[in-house]
Amino acid sequence: MLGLTKRDTILLLVVAALTLFAPFILNPFPEGSAMAQFNAGYPDLMQRFVIFGIFAVGFNILFGLTGYLSFGHAAFLGVGSYSAVWMFKLLSMNVLPAIILAVIVSGLFAVIIGYVSLRRSGIYFSILTLAFAQMSFALAYSVLTPITNGETGLQVYTDDPQYLMGPDSPTVTNLFGLEMRATYTLDLGPWSFDFNAGYYMCALIMLIAVYLSIRIFRSPFGLMLKAVKSNQQRMNFTGLNTRPYTLAAFVISGMYAGLAGGLMASMDPLAGAERMQWTASGEVVLMTILGGAGTLIGPILGAGFIKYFENIFSKINDTVLHQWFAFMPDGLEDFMVFLVHPFIGKGWHLTLGILFMLVVIFLPGGLVEGGQRIAAWVRGRKSAKADTATSKTEPAE
Amino acid sequence: MSILEVKGVNKRFGGLQALGDVNLSVAENTVHAIIGPNGAGKSTLLNCLVGKLIPDTGSVMFDGQSVLGRAPYEINQMGISRVFQTPEIFGDLTVMENMMIPCFAKRDGAFEMNALTSIRSQRDVLEQAEAMLADMNMIDKREMLAASLSRGDKRRLEIGMCLSQQPRLLLLDEPTAGMARADTNNTIDLLKQIKDERDITIAIIEHDMHVVFSLAERITVLAQGTPLVEDTPENIKGHPKVREAYLGESA
Ligand SMILES: Nc1ncnc2c1ncn2[C@@H]1O[C@H](COP(=O)(O)OP(=O)(O)O)[C@@H](O)[C@H]1O
Ligand SMILES: [Mg+2]
Repeated sequence: MLGLTKRDTILLLVVAALTLFAPFILNPFPEGSAMAQFNAGYPDLMQRFVIFGIFAVGFNILFGLTGYLSFGHAAFLGVGSYSAVWMFKLLSMNVLPAIILAVIVSGLFAVIIGYVSLRRSGIYFSILTLAFAQMSFALAYSVLTPITNGETGLQVYTDDPQYLMGPDSPTVTNLFGLEMRATYTLDLGPWSFDFNAGYYMCALIMLIAVYLSIRIFRSPFGLMLKAVKSNQQRMNFTGLNTRPYTLAAFVISGMYAGLAGGLMASMDPLAGAERMQWTASGEVVLMTILGGAGTLIGPILGAGFIKYFENIFSKINDTVLHQWFAFMPDGLEDFMVFLVHPFIGKGWHLTLGILFMLVVIFLPGGLVEGGQRIAAWVRGRKSAKADTATSKTEPAE
Repeated sequence: MSILEVKGVNKRFGGLQALGDVNLSVAENTVHAIIGPNGAGKSTLLNCLVGKLIPDTGSVMFDGQSVLGRAPYEINQMGISRVFQTPEIFGDLTVMENMMIPCFAKRDGAFEMNALTSIRSQRDVLEQAEAMLADMNMIDKREMLAASLSRGDKRRLEIGMCLSQQPRLLLLDEPTAGMARADTNNTIDLLKQIKDERDITIAIIEHDMHVVFSLAERITVLAQGTPLVEDTPENIKGHPKVREAYLGESA
């Protein structure tokens, strides 16, 4: 279907089903129950899942295929957000022009940064991209204040020109009138599920982004990118110019990042310099490696995983812990809370850090490799069972 | 007619004169061997031919055009393919993928942005790559990762990859170094077959005299960066200067 093999089609359909039913899947616990704090099905967070999914899928086209590790991709995220907010200020609150401009401007930006940074490879390339991103961050924060509104961040004011605003155009971000914040809540007994317009728009765009990424992975161009990672020397002596290949991959992944930035601003029409900071660049590296660099869905898994931790684990506090361990004798309860305390709340970074190390050491292929190993193990057990079953029947024959 | 013309090439590494006034002429559709003791400058000479190194002085003409100042990929697109001393293949890719890459390079040139076409739809390239794998006797290994091949198979694959570009000049740097006798003989047979079946010029660097004398039509002896003699295999065998400089050492 759509020019994909059967396996890739199934993969895409699974991702589509998961995103479509995410409001149910992410809210498995009844409202008000003790476990409800593990629910992640609220619009804000679901939007972040898919937006960072796009960011990571794009990053993976560069890092997963060519092996070039950029430490500056947050710059494109920021550029995308700024461009989008400018569209809101100049035209109207319709997100479509905003998203389009975000992709174009971040693409142009990526051409410049990529052209310079790709003159080096390995650690030097990473450092160059990092330097560029930090430079962009510093500029956005100070020198470029007329464009970025400096520390305050760029936002839409009532006296902005907004040339395309009609008298009854919505004053919140919308897609031709469909407000991004519009949410339909379905109450089923104690359960509650949110269906948000902004989330579904982002989810649809993510599916297109994933589809394009699969096509790139399966194309001759994708094969050349893998060849860049494997052996540049052999490429050069096979008549292939690696420079335009790596630059194209860099620009594509920069455009994905810009798209993600534009979507962020479309969900919440703000853009701040901190979106470009190196920690944000590092985060997408973690997402990609955690999920499985070079795999098709690894980056999405990684993005979901990290955003879940950031938003859910960080909200567990000592009071919650006391509730959990309330069944224990007092002394033991306090001791357990004391033990778990460093890993929750503000300590979620610690938990994530440990998880990341475990994955890198034991599952170099990321969560995807974990999944594959479990699948192989289950299959192994099944076939082992089948073996014993047949060997049992043999004597009877 | 000579397809490759090297004139007055010098190359220094710091104080070391790696190549000193090298003149070499390789005739079209012949097998030309370059022999010489370790450190004689053989690999350095090849590097100067393919754009990996730029000679300090001198000229290198391929088919009437200078290769100097061109990037390796441009020189390759002119028609020179090189097999390295240690096999250079795409270790993380499958054997079939390895073979497809030079086929794409031949068909589409140095860069082609075909990001949304599927590899499966590229029938011509798939067929070419498969035919070459069959020629190389590797069709049963097509789905293996290239890194997991034996040394002999890696070499075969690399030679096949170079051939599928249909080069006019094939450069081989010690293709049998570190190989077991059986693998060496297989490689000799393969190269003989290539020479008989294709319109191709081969320049081969080799340490193994058995290989050299089974293949070469002309031999250049290099010692300390300078060609000592150039002649037919029969004459080289008996040449006193060569015995002294090279064969004597290896015996
Ligand atoms: N890139 C380099 N930098 C410095 N010295 C080099 C370099 N490449 C080769 N050499 C030196 O040049 C001489 C010739 O080397 P090489 O061409 O590899 O010899 P051969 O292939 O004939 O064994 C050797 O002394 C080697 O150490
Ligand atoms: Mg050598």
